[in-house]
Amino acid sequence: MSGDHDGAAAPLAARVRHLEELLERRGLVDPRELDRMLAAFLARATPANGARLVARAWRDEAFRARLLADANAALPELGLSMGGGLQDQRLTVVENTKDRHNVIVCTLCSCYPLALLGPSPTWYKSEAYRSRVVRDPRAVLREFGFELDPGVQVSVWDASAESRYMVLPRRPAGTEDADEQELAAQVTRNGLIGVAPV
Amino acid sequence: MNERFRPGDRVRASRTDPAHHTRIPRYVRGAVGTVVAPEGRHPLPDLRSRGLPAEPEPVYGVRFAARELFGAGDHTVTISLWESYLEAAALTEAEHEAEHRAEQP
Repeated sequence: MSGDHDGAAAPLAARVRHLEELLERRGLVDPRELDRMLAAFLARATPANGARLVARAWRDEAFRARLLADANAALPELGLSMGGGLQDQRLTVVENTKDRHNVIVCTLCSCYPLALLGPSPTWYKSEAYRSRVVRDPRAVLREFGFELDPGVQVSVWDASAESRYMVLPRRPAGTEDADEQELAAQVTRNGLIGVAPV
Repeated sequence: MNERFRPGDRVRASRTDPAHHTRIPRYVRGAVGTVVAPEGRHPLPDLRSRGLPAEPEPVYGVRFAARELFGAGDHTVTISLWESYLEAAALTEAEHEAEHRAEQP
């Protein structure tokens, strides 16, 4: 029943609502406080966070090494975290090289590094992307207008459990003199998912 | 519970098709892959989703060759799988021979 995620989540959502009601009724939680926390989390959750990480990694070799070795430990250096006040999730940053390209998906639902990439695009949650990118990633990338060299190995990361992934794209040629802000401006959400070169 | 598997171990994903919620996608069921890294411990979703007691158990990143999963393709797919979803897999004959050759002086 792996495809039936909504079915499994529905009773859980009902339980969460029930728990919320109990906490509110007993005066333990202010309903507006929950809304404020969610709003604050979403206000901070944007692909600009992922772009900043990438730009720093491109310019700072030691930071790049720390980010690839233990992303959760490296994030606070830029004032970021995978929790944002909510559940802290394990993050792995996967690096594109001239020989290897990475692309992320959640085949079971829509698991995604929300804190670093913001809310996920609709296509990321579509049945078509989820089922096809694991089978034929090159064809899916081609539909995004991204033709991979046949010699490049493709690694697909299915973030369907407790781990989240973010792609570290290759630094574009001709950006040797760019500062961190200029570099970050070149990084797109699709690049952080792996369906665009940057 | 100690980790049963180490990076490099060959493992086969469970073939079971439960009626309840699970986090092992159909496309990896029965396939043989390689453990990449341990990924901490988490309660088994199959138990937790049914409100049953679930102790945290090891979760592993496991890498599969597309050819093993789909019969075609030159890419790999890496996915986190709970220890309960995995069993030790024997080396294939070709892998066994390769290891044997590597051990020769």
